Amino acid sequence: MEWETVIGLEIHAQLATKSKIFSAASTAYGAMPNTQACAVDLGFPGVLPVLNSEAVTMATKFGLAIGAEVSKRSVFARKNYFYPDLPKGYQISQFELPIVGIGELEIELENGETKTIGITRAHLEEDAGKSMHEGLGNESGIDLNRAGTPLLEIVSEPDMRSAKEAVAYMKKIHSLVRYLEICDGNMQEGSFRCDANVSVRPKGQKEYGTRAELKNINSFRFVERAINLEVERQIELIEDGGHVAQETRLYDADKNETRSMRSKEEANDYRYFPDPDLLPVELDQAFFDSVKATLPELPDVKKHRFMKSFKLSAYDASVLTSSRELAEYFEAVLVAADNEAKLACNWVNGELAAMLNKENKDISESPVKPEMLGKMIVRIKDGTISGKGAKDCFEGMWLGEGDADEVIKKRDLKQVQDSAAIEKFVDDVIAANPKQVEQFKAGQDKLLGFFVGQVMKESKGKANPAQVNQLVKDKLK
Amino acid sequence: MQDFSIVEISKALAKKEFSSVELTQHYLDRINTHDSQLNSFITVTDELALEQAKAADERIRKGESGVLLGVPYAHKDIFCTSGVKTSCGSRMLDNFTAPYNANVTDLLNQAGAVMLGKTNMDEFAMGSSNETSFYGSVKNPWDTAYVPGGSSGGSASAVAARLAPIATGTDTGGSIRQPAALCGITGIKPSYGRVSRYGMIAFASSLDQGGSFARSSEDAAQLLQAIAGFDLRDSTSIDRPVPNFSADLDKPLKGLKIGLPKEYFAEGLDAEVEKVVQTAIKEYENLGAKVIEISLPNSKLSVPVYYVVAPAECSSNLSRYDGVRYGHRCKDPVNLDDLYFRSRGEGFGKEVKRRIMIGTYALSAGYYDAYYLKAQQIRRLISDDFTQAFKEVDVIMSPTSPSAAFKIGEKSDDPVTMYLSDIYTIAVNLAGLPGMSIPAGFVNSLPVGLQIIGSYWGEAQLLNVAHQFQQATDWHKQKPKGY
Amino acid sequence: MSSLDNETVEKIAKLARLAINKEDASVYAEQLNGILQLVEQMDAVDTKGVLPMAHPQDLKQRLREDKVAESDQRQSFQKIAPKVEAGLYLVPKVIE
Repeated sequence: MEWETVIGLEIHAQLATKSKIFSAASTAYGAMPNTQACAVDLGFPGVLPVLNSEAVTMATKFGLAIGAEVSKRSVFARKNYFYPDLPKGYQISQFELPIVGIGELEIELENGETKTIGITRAHLEEDAGKSMHEGLGNESGIDLNRAGTPLLEIVSEPDMRSAKEAVAYMKKIHSLVRYLEICDGNMQEGSFRCDANVSVRPKGQKEYGTRAELKNINSFRFVERAINLEVERQIELIEDGGHVAQETRLYDADKNETRSMRSKEEANDYRYFPDPDLLPVELDQAFFDSVKATLPELPDVKKHRFMKSFKLSAYDASVLTSSRELAEYFEAVLVAADNEAKLACNWVNGELAAMLNKENKDISESPVKPEMLGKMIVRIKDGTISGKGAKDCFEGMWLGEGDADEVIKKRDLKQVQDSAAIEKFVDDVIAANPKQVEQFKAGQDKLLGFFVGQVMKESKGKANPAQVNQLVKDKLK
Repeated sequence: MQDFSIVEISKALAKKEFSSVELTQHYLDRINTHDSQLNSFITVTDELALEQAKAADERIRKGESGVLLGVPYAHKDIFCTSGVKTSCGSRMLDNFTAPYNANVTDLLNQAGAVMLGKTNMDEFAMGSSNETSFYGSVKNPWDTAYVPGGSSGGSASAVAARLAPIATGTDTGGSIRQPAALCGITGIKPSYGRVSRYGMIAFASSLDQGGSFARSSEDAAQLLQAIAGFDLRDSTSIDRPVPNFSADLDKPLKGLKIGLPKEYFAEGLDAEVEKVVQTAIKEYENLGAKVIEISLPNSKLSVPVYYVVAPAECSSNLSRYDGVRYGHRCKDPVNLDDLYFRSRGEGFGKEVKRRIMIGTYALSAGYYDAYYLKAQQIRRLISDDFTQAFKEVDVIMSPTSPSAAFKIGEKSDDPVTMYLSDIYTIAVNLAGLPGMSIPAGFVNSLPVGLQIIGSYWGEAQLLNVAHQFQQATDWHKQKPKGY
Repeated sequence: MSSLDNETVEKIAKLARLAINKEDASVYAEQLNGILQLVEQMDAVDTKGVLPMAHPQDLKQRLREDKVAESDQRQSFQKIAPKVEAGLYLVPKVIE
């Protein structure tokens, strides 16, 4: 039987506020255990939550960016359950009235097509603490520094049909929240993580299959692997005559398997009700307008501008706008490169991307600054260096040998453009290859390449190939 | 000395007729002598009190003045006090000393008031008789076989017995007004949002409100003045100027329109109590007030609504007591569940468990709409009744409690009967209105209270209406024998 | 509406993480039923279209400026903790 995969994602983005969502404790990562958990975060008796304005602003930015309706009235509710990393015995979240309503996001598929993914809602909530299990014998240690960190939980519709689509969607959200500067997107630190709801159904069937929820996946690679594993597991299970249980499963990256989390399953009755310590959040149009005015150019708008203004392909433009930093890098290259868009694009998406990838570096860590790359492109355009010379030049810049002109000088990459000098090379080559001259003259046009190649070899690659080409033709015809 | 009012104490301190240290020592001696019978204090803070008194004397000596400067008070053990145990009447918090002060505690410290100790109360403020305290029942000074009311029974008993001139309290369903009535003193619960709940251990967040006990309206006004006000740390605190609660005390009551809700003078009300209340209302007519019968048609539903809303909120509020970060932890838990079940099972008393279970049930899947949502809807109807009534009248009066104090043990096995003793006070909390109870007479030598309900932010008017009564009568000056 | 049996009481107690012994369960069941009977007076009221009231005052949430104003107080907080090690609160092993 042919199976169809159905995936919905719940993405948790930690909002980049300075203080926590309901307390004035710091959200900075990496402090000593429990040194950034104040009485409110620890759930001490009698202390009370007060909402952080910046968390509201950031959620609003997200809502406006996905074209969703941002609620004029949203309500915080308590989600009640016992867990050692949840100090109050309830998580303050939003249930019936979330701050962000229905929106959508366009993703690019590998075949170049686009697909729209529905976003059901996004709501504000507080993060829980962390449990440590290593080195404490029969006990676990609880660190509540993270408790109370603001989260935006972004819930998608079950619109994705493959692990690859899920990754594309997750990457798109990741890029968007970083564009908006509402989340640092640091997945190692857990600032951006997701739960995936996965089910399968026979192709053509309308009803969804029973879904399993894969918890807390914190890398794009793991999302893809975890979903594929889960899909395989479910199909195998059903084909063997079994049933998929609605349950929470944990992806274990080390063992590369998903397994049932029974401890979180039992008595799953969260008893949501409006938090009586907090009042409804009421926002007005003036607030939305003021937030709207601060929004940066969004990725899709930028992509279309790149296509239109720079005549780039949809593919090139979407790669360049996949992160705000990359897009800004590209535009800075353009300024220095006399708007040679196509060349700039090829270099940024080609050589630069490859080097960054090879050395596992972020665009912001590139040793080749955009102005340097831009100047090098000018040198290609004005004929100072050839394509091959440019590769050498880029390598030199990457290794810290200086800017384009310095590297060209140091590595002696300048093309020979002096006609007399080139003519001498051409004459030498013609004199040395009488047999080929005869054949060329007899009509074997493809030998032109041979002559050009020989000249380039003689000149150690520094002759301008276009000039060589012309000269050979002129001399032999 | 113990019969002095706050204003009298304040004057005497300023004139150096006695020092705060002398006054404080006098009250500490009285506590030492009498509290073994009453059990109104959980913790007596002798040393700290004398230290604070000394500091107050110093401030007075430097010319500082303030109505509460150097004045002793008793603090309900629900308000967090840095460095002094805050138990909330529970075994769960028997070992708990908050590393911070409640806003109310901070304000009283700033005013230079002297804390004599922390008063006994029903466990987590859940009770109407003070019998649910982990520290044992509080006795009513009028007759120690009787309950003082609850949950702020320790505070009420202490003030009635002159073990403190004033005391703090909290009121979620009548926990200031009912014990004030049963102990023959004056108590006021202000409008919801008037007194910060920060550091006041939560029972039911949307109903809890701090307030004051004193022997007179005049003194109650002084204490309320000190603890009222906007607090950034409490999202439900109201950013609204606090008027001078004493400014209008002397205003004559001529033309005052008093509403008497017919539902509050119906079946279930003790006939003798009704007589006392009617006599008090006659007195108001003598003072120039006009009495109008009104109807609060949904008020009969207050108790049912309250016993959904309050337990629901409390079931969640009390989830934080899990034996992990503070408070009672069971011995040698074998696993995580064992830690939770036993710590909570041992730490909470029966009434608290009952309410947690009712609340858990009311919020659980499949019952939310029928219980919680329905209760919230009727809560609005109850509140709307008051809004309607206050279009016609200035204040509403009723008995505070359907009977005078009952015997210790009389109702403790029957929660529902116990709950019905708050039948006249609960609606006020559901609506968030200010309410007061003042002594109005006696039935079988036990005090009876008159409840006065005001419209939002009408505390000054309530205090004025109470004060005028106290100028014309001397019920509030009666004191229990032997104190 | 419904009447609670011992089993339901035990289920609720479990949800609320309260240890109660078997004998107490039936006493609780009886008392909780009494309370629920009282509560069920609400059924008689028609509340169609009535807006639920969660707070006494119809006010909106005040927002706090995003500023760090808390310093490390771990020592004073953990002084009253039942069990800590290396700054962590200890609990019996959490099994995920």
